[in-house]
Amino acid sequence: MQKELIKALTQLLGKENILTETEDLLNYAFDATAAMPKQTPDLVVTPRSTEQVAGVIKLARQYGVPIYPRGSGTNLCGASIPLERGIVLMTLEMNRIIEVDPENLTAWVEPGVIIQSLNDAAAEYGLMYPPDPGTVTTATMGGSVSMCSGGLRGLKYGVTKHYVMGMEVVLANGEVIKWGGKTVKNVTGYDLTALFTGGEGTLGIMTKVLVKLNPIPEARKSLLAVFDDLDKAGNTISAIIRGKIIPATMEIMDNTTIRTVKKFTGADLPEEAEAVILIEVDGYREAVEREAALVDEICRRSGAVSVTAAKTDEERDKLWLARRNALPALAQVKPTTVLEDATVPRSQITAMLRAIRAIAHKYDLPIGTFGHAGDGNLHPTILTDVRDEAEMERVHKAVDEIFAAAVQLGGTLSGEHGVGIAKARYLPLEFGPAGVEVLRWVKEAFDPHYMFNPGKVVLRG
Amino acid sequence: MSIYSDFHSARDELYKCMKCGNCQEVCPLYQTTRKEVTVARGKIGLLEMFVTGEADMTAGMAERMSYCTTCMACNEKCPCGVQFDRILLAARAEGVRRHGLHPVKRTAFTALRLQRFFNFGMRAGSKLQAAVFRRVEGRDYGARMRVDLGLLGQKKVFPRLAAKPFRSGRPALYVSQPRMRVAFFTGCMINYFYSDMGEAVLDVLKHNRVEVLIPENQGCCGVPASVNGDVASARALAERNLRAFEDSGAEAVIVACSSCGSAWKHSYERLFEGDGEWEPLAAKWAARAYDINEFLVNVIQYDREGLGRVERRVTYHDPCHLRRGQNIFREPRAILQSIPGVELIELKKPDRCCGMAGSFCIVHPDLADKVLDLKMADVAQTPAQTVATGCPACRLQLWSGLINSGLPQDAVHVVQLLQESYANAAAG
Repeated sequence: MQKELIKALTQLLGKENILTETEDLLNYAFDATAAMPKQTPDLVVTPRSTEQVAGVIKLARQYGVPIYPRGSGTNLCGASIPLERGIVLMTLEMNRIIEVDPENLTAWVEPGVIIQSLNDAAAEYGLMYPPDPGTVTTATMGGSVSMCSGGLRGLKYGVTKHYVMGMEVVLANGEVIKWGGKTVKNVTGYDLTALFTGGEGTLGIMTKVLVKLNPIPEARKSLLAVFDDLDKAGNTISAIIRGKIIPATMEIMDNTTIRTVKKFTGADLPEEAEAVILIEVDGYREAVEREAALVDEICRRSGAVSVTAAKTDEERDKLWLARRNALPALAQVKPTTVLEDATVPRSQITAMLRAIRAIAHKYDLPIGTFGHAGDGNLHPTILTDVRDEAEMERVHKAVDEIFAAAVQLGGTLSGEHGVGIAKARYLPLEFGPAGVEVLRWVKEAFDPHYMFNPGKVVLRG
Repeated sequence: MSIYSDFHSARDELYKCMKCGNCQEVCPLYQTTRKEVTVARGKIGLLEMFVTGEADMTAGMAERMSYCTTCMACNEKCPCGVQFDRILLAARAEGVRRHGLHPVKRTAFTALRLQRFFNFGMRAGSKLQAAVFRRVEGRDYGARMRVDLGLLGQKKVFPRLAAKPFRSGRPALYVSQPRMRVAFFTGCMINYFYSDMGEAVLDVLKHNRVEVLIPENQGCCGVPASVNGDVASARALAERNLRAFEDSGAEAVIVACSSCGSAWKHSYERLFEGDGEWEPLAAKWAARAYDINEFLVNVIQYDREGLGRVERRVTYHDPCHLRRGQNIFREPRAILQSIPGVELIELKKPDRCCGMAGSFCIVHPDLADKVLDLKMADVAQTPAQTVATGCPACRLQLWSGLINSGLPQDAVHVVQLLQESYANAAAG
């Protein structure tokens, strides 16, 4: 059967678009997620058109083989690991920017386009694609739309789902549908575009995406505020929002992160600080100046030990150095970095930070927390070593408690990384059994045989 | 324990990788193939499975390790500080220990070890080259293979072999009241292909009153062997060179090839890690090794008074083993900018690998060409008349690319422009 399938796929795609040798396939047994099971696919294919994707799907259906869509493999929940072997369908050769439309502020792209490439193309028109995940220079549009990735600008600009206006999708039966369009308003039928955004490749394969673009703001300004007390930091975040200011970015780092970043980068931060908040406002020059002055004043009034505002791009880079290096620095402490993205309402940030600290203490684990304070999306980062089984046991328990704490505070298991393999078994915690069952109905309506990305999000009943 | 002796010494380096995939952004091979096996993360994944026993170091896995130009762009990008070149070199050495060396490479490295034999071969080659190569029409410095030997392809343009190797019978360069006494390590490319670069180095050093010895017993630097996992050949070559320079009585070793420079500064010490006899000698000479650019700028503060005009728009290609291997990128630019009349025009990505990577372009000619195409597209967008660089291997690749792309520029080493500048001043 395997041989027949390979023969048929070769006919469809050409020899150069299929990987069959073990040493090539092993490369697709993992993605960017730590502490996940590895599984080698049977085949890797790189279709170059919608028709070829449809052809692969028809063959997979005929031979009863699962399909695992994959872009750059940079997701953080095991979403592209081929748990049940089968075919890894790479979108990287479908990488054309089909159109940038400056009048409608939209762009049509193929799924293999790297996010930054779209930004570069849009910049020629003074436009940008606002979702800004940490992997903007490596991740694909198909991947980030499928995972509904977030990023640093969520507070003001929202996340991927706020920018997807339509798409072309190949369904499990091989049919191709187009949904949505360039109109801002569109209430015709169920919003399948919204369903597939964040669908994690479990419902169908996206072959084209239509996204919304924004004008590039004229100016931006960054400020860094240092706090000797968590509550003061939390209050500052609330005070800024209450002050009717919506910064593009509002990032926080806890003491563990501060000390680690300082150690590895020499960043100019006080080691005893309990928290630092990095704020960036953007917009028209005059508005930015006014907002920056207000933010500065609010930080000082709320008890910041110090506030530094960047006057030049160089100074801005210096302020951002610490935040940009938060994860890399933490990752250098121990071999394994378990990065979570439990998210709470912004008003609960302080409570969540305290809960994480208690969990770190309870399980005797180093946990550095940093993240997007403006949208309540924190990244508790557990530093460990997969080779130490006893410690991994404690890590798993700590993760369980972090999720429970987030849900208890009115938050969610995942703000931006997605469910994948990593959080599939935690879904009842948030939805209850009835909620999970609804997910299953939706999954089975689109993909009754669990052909697309099986083992992720919705498990077989 | 040297990474060349035991793969497990690279283990900790492997486990630093968190698989984020940031290396994809800068890997010249991944950018052209979009295949995970060509990027650092993919190969690290394979090697981790080898270490844990989940996968074997099969001949296929050893072969996959050839997909790297060792440009070290991933090292620079990596948020976790993984030094991928260490991992890769250790893996290639392991591959050779298990599966032996490709027969062509084995013959080539053996020839390099037998310096006199190699020298004879290259001299014979210079007489026979007309039979094997066809001159490129209209240009006097290149030739393509007449027949495809199934190795090099027929596209690559090679410079003509020098009728007489650069070092052959060449006396030391004595100057009155020398400021320093150095020894010139030419490397094979300068010795057999690019005598003009060797002459430029000597002329420029002479102008700056530096005495230059040219130790007779020097040979290949050993990098072609060490990057391909032939540790025994690499060590034999390193020993020969260290001995030759130790006996020379020079204060420093000067190199004008980025790979040779990396060998003296880094590889020799790594090759002899833990070796009581050779490691100290390697360390001693590592501290005395200078690339010609850094020597001129940082050590002897070359004469800037006697510079003549060279009216030229010049762009500069950073050799990987100079920029990332030795942190030398300001120095060549400083030299270029000091020459009156030279206008330095930067490429968009001056430090992107040119695709030569020594034997890489022989093993993977198509891939090397694709990487080179990106470099040529970058060059084509500048109004530069000359592409300067700091390495004879890059120079060969750039030359070949310029000719095949129909671009009018030539490719030279930075010191050749400096040589021209001094000569123009002297000529008044």
